[in-house]
Amino acid sequence: MSIVTVQLGQCGNQIGFEVFDALYSDSHCPQGLCSKRENEVYQASCKERFFSEEENGVPIARAVLVDMEPKVINQTLSKAAQSGRWKYGQHSCFCQKQGSGNNWAYGYSVHGPRHEESIMNLIQKEVEKCDCLSGFFIIMSMAGGTGSGLGAFVTQNLQDHYSNSLKMNQIIWPYGTGEVIVQNYNSILTLSHLYRSSDALLVHENDAVHKICAKLMNIKQISFSDINQVLAHQLGSVFQPTYSMEGSYHYRRNPLGELMENLVPHPEFKMLGIRNIPQMSENSLAYSTFTWAGLLKHLRQMLISNSKMEEGIDWQVRPPLSRLPTLGKVSLNRELHFNTSIANLVILRGKDVHSADLGGFKDPALYTSWLAPVNAFNVWKTQRAFSKYEKSAALVSNSQFLLKPLDTIVGKAWNMFASKAYIHQYTKFGIEEEDFLDSFTLLEQVVASYCNL
Amino acid sequence: MTQSVVVQVGQCGNQIGCCFWDLALREHAAVNQKGIYDEAISSFFRNVDTRVVGDGGNISKGKICSLKARAVLIDMEEGVVNEILQGPLRDVFDSKQLITDISGSGNNWAVGHKVFGRLYQEQILEKLRKSAEHCDCLQCFFIIHSMGGGTGSGLGTFLLKVLEDEFPEVYRFVTSVYPSGEDDVITSPYNSILAMKELNEHADCVLPIDNQSLFDIISKIDLMVNSGKLGTTIKPKSLVTSSAGALKKQHQKPFDAMNNIVANLLLNLTSSARFEGSLNMDLNEISMNLVPFPQLHYLVSSLTPLYTLADVNIPTRRLDQMFSDAFSKDHQLIRADPKHSLYLACALMVRGNVQVSDLRRNIERLKPSLQFISWNQEGWKTSLCSVPPVGHSHSLLALANNTCVKPTFMELRERFMRLYKKKAHLHHYLQIEGMEESCFMEAVSSLSTLIEEYNQLDATRSMPVEDLPRLSVAV
Repeated sequence: MSIVTVQLGQCGNQIGFEVFDALYSDSHCPQGLCSKRENEVYQASCKERFFSEEENGVPIARAVLVDMEPKVINQTLSKAAQSGRWKYGQHSCFCQKQGSGNNWAYGYSVHGPRHEESIMNLIQKEVEKCDCLSGFFIIMSMAGGTGSGLGAFVTQNLQDHYSNSLKMNQIIWPYGTGEVIVQNYNSILTLSHLYRSSDALLVHENDAVHKICAKLMNIKQISFSDINQVLAHQLGSVFQPTYSMEGSYHYRRNPLGELMENLVPHPEFKMLGIRNIPQMSENSLAYSTFTWAGLLKHLRQMLISNSKMEEGIDWQVRPPLSRLPTLGKVSLNRELHFNTSIANLVILRGKDVHSADLGGFKDPALYTSWLAPVNAFNVWKTQRAFSKYEKSAALVSNSQFLLKPLDTIVGKAWNMFASKAYIHQYTKFGIEEEDFLDSFTLLEQVVASYCNL
Repeated sequence: MTQSVVVQVGQCGNQIGCCFWDLALREHAAVNQKGIYDEAISSFFRNVDTRVVGDGGNISKGKICSLKARAVLIDMEEGVVNEILQGPLRDVFDSKQLITDISGSGNNWAVGHKVFGRLYQEQILEKLRKSAEHCDCLQCFFIIHSMGGGTGSGLGTFLLKVLEDEFPEVYRFVTSVYPSGEDDVITSPYNSILAMKELNEHADCVLPIDNQSLFDIISKIDLMVNSGKLGTTIKPKSLVTSSAGALKKQHQKPFDAMNNIVANLLLNLTSSARFEGSLNMDLNEISMNLVPFPQLHYLVSSLTPLYTLADVNIPTRRLDQMFSDAFSKDHQLIRADPKHSLYLACALMVRGNVQVSDLRRNIERLKPSLQFISWNQEGWKTSLCSVPPVGHSHSLLALANNTCVKPTFMELRERFMRLYKKKAHLHHYLQIEGMEESCFMEAVSSLSTLIEEYNQLDATRSMPVEDLPRLSVAV
């Protein structure tokens, strides 16, 4: 089953390119560490999911590129074409001349309705190329105007027109110290709207990925390109093919559907975080060996202590001894050491994958009480190694991972809202104070829900 | 891609404008080696086939034939515009895009605004409409003028209202040169205050510039060049402090060098919109991020490194130094000290080989020494443009919405009151039809309201930063 990706805005398009590039490179990687047949089936599965075929054999990404100004799309298209290995469809982009000015209201209320038909037509065309549609990735940032505002609008439209298909929004969480001054407003408006129309929000935090580049990849002068590549690697490690029930040579057909089923049991809890291990520069990789036991031990502790990467993990954090519900509302001011999960999905790729012991993840102490641990934890595997890592593991988690970032953004947006700063820029385009208040209310609810897990 | 139109009004406006067009041409020539008319050039230039008679002949793609600036030149005396039309840039300007008169405005805002405004309103509208028609997607008008004289100040602000009415969706960015204390035009305080009211009401964004600061910056550059310690050499080609042509600097009028700084400001301001980068910033994002309340739209600018403005080859100092300098009061284009005042918002527009980690590192480093208003503690807007300025590896333009503009406004009001109390020269204004004493009173009142807003913001500095109680929801 295929996934159609909608890339929105500068961020969405820049990342989208890296994602397809990573997926392609991995599926054509000679070091699959498995049999030729296995490799071929893996490749075919990846291809069906993310690429369609052209006459001359060059794979075309199943993607629609949308931006309100032309520079980034032009760059993205040419970068893909230059690689000579894959490309974007010639008529898969929608572009305007003037951007959204970092204004969510402009992206949502002006560009959205104005270009609804054109954009949905493009998406329809891409969908028609699929034999069987699993769902959509929507890649967007929260901080800007197009990705955030138009992204929210498009997601809503997808819900209306493709109600049987799943939508996963890949959301880029901006740097805490600001890329855009009104990023907190744009973020809360985006999140509250997406919460109503999306099926899952997979969050990628710029700050976290930046640290990975600095500490683990040892990159001195980190560019957005570096950040996007790490992000693409993380995404690839989740969505590249994995075995279905039948095991070797048989790959899961509907990862998106199964992921949703496993990880989003309740519509109130849609925020998913992603972690992977190991993550290092190619130079270091040559000198490293891994064991599943070691990798999984670290990954489990990353989950429990809410660590964003494999360095600097707090090993003191332990699951609570009893799972009795806490009395009264848990105060956020108290350091939340232990990260409670609703559901987790671990993806293992590489040598001897069947020997990996995942008992640590099945411990009921990690989870809330309302799902039986056997339902709360799932694992996907393949022997085929991912992107030169002999063994690698990824974790997609519906847990309190994003509680603190969410709470922080809501707090900052609230402080700014109280002063009414910048509000005139939004009311100019039809987003009123009530809309802001609705967003705050919805998100406070989400914060409270996650807090009280 | 969008286009912008530059409207240069008065002597100062036109001289700065002339520098700007010279630099813009040189920048595009350096970047666009193949001579193809691309979207970046089209933001400021039309491509015209001069063999076609009449108004047609706009070529949208292909090789560059003849570039015409998207500009309207307005002056109520002929001297400056004539000089431009006889100089090396004469072919860049469309002769139909000029409005001139002979008598000048006599350093009288009322003459510029009321007399010439009324007289030339139709013509102005016609030229503006024409220039808009030539644009695929007009995003912004850049108005360049001085505040202290008559034409730039009066007629320049008159056309703000015209632009607002005729093109309500197009941004109005105004570069205003404020008179310094030793200004030789006696009536400059009157002109400035009367113009300020118009800027308050009809501009989207104002970039105030101060002649004294420009002069200080030029002096600093000269000092660096002549000190000889740093082993400087004259660069063969870079954006020079001299005006059109790569001539030696010795016999330059000081204004040329100063105008070049302002021209560089405009070039850098628009670089991220014209050229590619990993984090683009369009012109409409400037207003969105830096103007939290409609009245507070005055942005203090600073350019670093200073030597990008000079024809010299000073060895590259550490990148981080560039960021530090942007916040020092020596680099601001008006007399202001943002570090010791309150920031409402700050934008950093970087060009060249600078990546996001450099940006983040410097923001982290400088943040503790800057004071941001309580509701915008992380009020940073950043952009990264890959194309550096000609002949240099990187540069930074910082735009600050900061209460440090307040002293400039207060001084202006002070100078105004000194004159006004004695009713000095007032009759020159009152004899113009449509001018009454109430005009002056309203203008001062408008300025005082603005100053009061900044006062109130400053007052919050001493208050502790507290998080407000959040909405409580039933669980």
